[in-house]
Amino acid sequence: MALVWVAALALAILLWAIGSDVAPWAMKYPRDLIIPLKFWISDLMAWLVEDATFGLFTFTELTRGISWLIERPYRLALGLLSHGLLRGQGSDAVQILPPLSWIAIVATVVALGRYTKDWALAALAGGCFLYLAIFGQWQSAMITLASILIAVPFGVAGGLFVGLAGYRWRTVERVIRPVLDLMQTVPVFAYLVPILFLFGFGPVSAIVATIIYAMPPMVRITILALRGVPDDTVDLGNMVGCSQRQMTWKVLVPTAMPGLMVGVNQVIMLSLNMVIIASMIGAGGLGFEVLASLRRLDIGAGIESGVAIVVLAIALDRLSQALANKIPPEHSEAEARRPLWRRYSYTSACLAIVMVTGLLGLFAGWVQSYPEAWAVTTGSVWENLVTWININFFDELEAVKTAILLNVLIPFKRFLLGLPWIAVVGLLAVAGWALGGWRLALLCAALSLFNVAVGLWAKSMITVYLCGISVIFACLIGIPIGIVAAERERLWSGVKVVIDTLQTLPSFVYLMPVVMLFRVGDFAAMIAVVAYALAPAIRYTAHGIRQVDPQLVEAGIVSGCTRIQILTKIKLKLALPEIMLGINQTIMLALSMLVITALVGTRDLGQEVYIALTKADTGRGITAGLSVAFIAIIADRLITAGAKRAKTRLGLE
Amino acid sequence: MSYRGRLFGLLAGAAALIAAGALAPQAQAEVESKDPIKLTLHDWTGQFITTKIMGEVLKKAGYNIEYVQADYLAQFAGLKTGDLHVAMEIWETTGRDAMDEATATGKVENLGETGLQAIEEWWYPAYMKDKCPGLPDWKALAKCSEAFSVPETAPKGRYLGGPVTWGGFDDERVEALGIDFEVVHAGTDAALFAELESAYQRKAPVLLWVYAPHWAPVKYKGEWVDFPKYTSECYNDASWGMNKSAKYDCGKPRGPIWKVSWAGVKDKWPGAYKTIKNSNLNNDEMGAMVSAVDLDGKDLDGVVADWIANNEGRWKKWLP
Repeated sequence: MALVWVAALALAILLWAIGSDVAPWAMKYPRDLIIPLKFWISDLMAWLVEDATFGLFTFTELTRGISWLIERPYRLALGLLSHGLLRGQGSDAVQILPPLSWIAIVATVVALGRYTKDWALAALAGGCFLYLAIFGQWQSAMITLASILIAVPFGVAGGLFVGLAGYRWRTVERVIRPVLDLMQTVPVFAYLVPILFLFGFGPVSAIVATIIYAMPPMVRITILALRGVPDDTVDLGNMVGCSQRQMTWKVLVPTAMPGLMVGVNQVIMLSLNMVIIASMIGAGGLGFEVLASLRRLDIGAGIESGVAIVVLAIALDRLSQALANKIPPEHSEAEARRPLWRRYSYTSACLAIVMVTGLLGLFAGWVQSYPEAWAVTTGSVWENLVTWININFFDELEAVKTAILLNVLIPFKRFLLGLPWIAVVGLLAVAGWALGGWRLALLCAALSLFNVAVGLWAKSMITVYLCGISVIFACLIGIPIGIVAAERERLWSGVKVVIDTLQTLPSFVYLMPVVMLFRVGDFAAMIAVVAYALAPAIRYTAHGIRQVDPQLVEAGIVSGCTRIQILTKIKLKLALPEIMLGINQTIMLALSMLVITALVGTRDLGQEVYIALTKADTGRGITAGLSVAFIAIIADRLITAGAKRAKTRLGLE
Repeated sequence: MSYRGRLFGLLAGAAALIAAGALAPQAQAEVESKDPIKLTLHDWTGQFITTKIMGEVLKKAGYNIEYVQADYLAQFAGLKTGDLHVAMEIWETTGRDAMDEATATGKVENLGETGLQAIEEWWYPAYMKDKCPGLPDWKALAKCSEAFSVPETAPKGRYLGGPVTWGGFDDERVEALGIDFEVVHAGTDAALFAELESAYQRKAPVLLWVYAPHWAPVKYKGEWVDFPKYTSECYNDASWGMNKSAKYDCGKPRGPIWKVSWAGVKDKWPGAYKTIKNSNLNNDEMGAMVSAVDLDGKDLDGVVADWIANNEGRWKKWLP
């Protein structure tokens, strides 16, 4: 094994040193051989939109039909939450029923919290929604909530059905697995344009994009959860003579419910991640508020709207988790005899509040909608803070930035860009072979060759450089924090709040202050990526250390290890596979931030995708999107294979 | 009727009454179609104002208006299919290619100029004049590029250009004019003005792409650099201008902002079509309205309503 490595490295170095004279084609891929894939994709798209037909109806009619199907419930939800039920269209529309009053919605959320868990949760959820009202985010938040309320059930139901199919038929699973990989790694910007073509302009397209982005974890978790149903339970089902349908809906799904609810939770969180991007293609709501305030450079308003997305995420996340953990109440004889409204006391209380506030709202405006005069704002506090840092600490920040830029970033970038493509492809193949056999080697070589062949090699290398550096920094910061926080309960709960916020706060919010302090360029981009990708490095490290078998630690203490030895020789070693998964997730998140970094002027694949979006160029966007996905898949497969080997070596599996 | 049914009826009736009182339309002329005309809104204030002025005028004429949020360039997909109907601001400088591509298909129509003129050029804050005497003449830049430098670019000056998608030929311009500057591209205009704000607070050197109509030239004191005046020969003929062997040895073109629509608007709402074609605004009033909203924090709809109230003579002439 070592021999192969030495040989491969020696060859690569030799090529690097003399390649440009002997074989220039190995250094720089010949232009004539570039595959015009992006034009093919664009042509395919044009055909789909204009000519494709199933005989009875065209492809566009099919997709427009789907968007009609999604639009109906969306209009209803939007009407209930935001602008009331309307008759007619556009500015001629007449309101026939006002929307639910803010008091009614807050009360409903509080009741949900109490019903699913306890008063503490009720207070938390109610507080989150009150924030929306008090900080004047109500209208936008309700638009966002309406689209989430539609996207989540579609995503959950779709994920559940695909997952069930994957559970039942191995072939289906084998087919959908790579599709899921692509859905999770191709940047959303890449498929926004085709979605706009097919589903029309407006909020529905945004909802479709959200569903595509948020569904994959539901599929994966469904398959996992169904596989996890104990054989005894399935046998019991067979013994009492369940039909296949009964087996699925009465035995498998109910047993797997806790697992499935984790999937639901993921769908909710990912849908909220999409809020900003969705607003770029017409979803409106909180995402639009964030973008618009940053365009005015109103940092305070941007933060307030960004935090509104965070609190919405927190409320929905905690409520859905509580619902997942809720033990269903016993149905007693006495219960059944009570009148309907007593049996469903929460529902009836909510209905009563809706009715009462609805009626009162007709006479007193403040009951219907939260008065603007009561709204508070942090105003210019945030702006003044950034200004203060800018004026007083700019020189220090500049010095740090310049040092890192000149000594680390730029040399690394030059090194990667100077590598011959053939050597990189070769080394990746060798790594694949060493870690996972010839199949992995073939995969790595083929996927990296794709990036060469479509003419995106230089941009791919810049992507690898930017993400690589960011991942290294994220690990250098994240892993030690994870180690320190793992065994200190109170610190850990504090750290958890911070990383949850970092993950749900739209990165746009902190991107502009970062630009003010560090100027446009790779460094600002790197900071944004690190801030976003830090969370899994911390989370998985802490998780890995916390689950180390205490008996092994005990054994270490007995045999006289020092604290350092326990940490390095036992805990870290045993947590290694978990930490590697954390690094894997960090890489995935870093890659998913690419498109956002293009907004501060990087020249990587993210920029390529962004340019394609603004030029509505389907082929270019999808090609670049696939390149990003392939980089992600190579990294994922290599690290997973490495983690597996580590586990086997440590005897954990 | 059950009790609940009656309550619902009462509620609906009361709501309808109130809504009717609030939204009662004025006596309106007959229009060709009551289907809503969809006007697109993007994400900058000026475009909101232009669009809402148009929308309010059309409402006065009795048309049914709907505002739809859409991306500036991605909207052409919707304009071609008729999902969207009217876009009020396509800038010669940034949207020309997309617009030409769309009108070439015959599904999108150019409705002429809005009357607004887009200015785009290299811009510096007034305090830079002390550090680089001779500005705004571009030749001063050749001498004091170092005054505009930062550590990564030193001794070259740093010029912050717009997003690559805006084009603008700044790399070529630097080359052709022989000035020692490095062109750095911002990814979005939010990033562009974030840097300006930061430098302005510290009175630090900055040279960047600023455009008008926008709030930035109103908020910050500064000037555009005087390059040799743009002509089409300059962009097409290398032998033109001071550098005999290079194109782009001049400033950026200043151009109109266009109105475009879905091609079907002409047949479905002929009156609205004429009104939109007739409409026009000018840079001064637009600049004033944009800064009223973005800098003084006034309500956008209020600013639009004021314009409508004060310019009745003007917009009445737009109507067919």
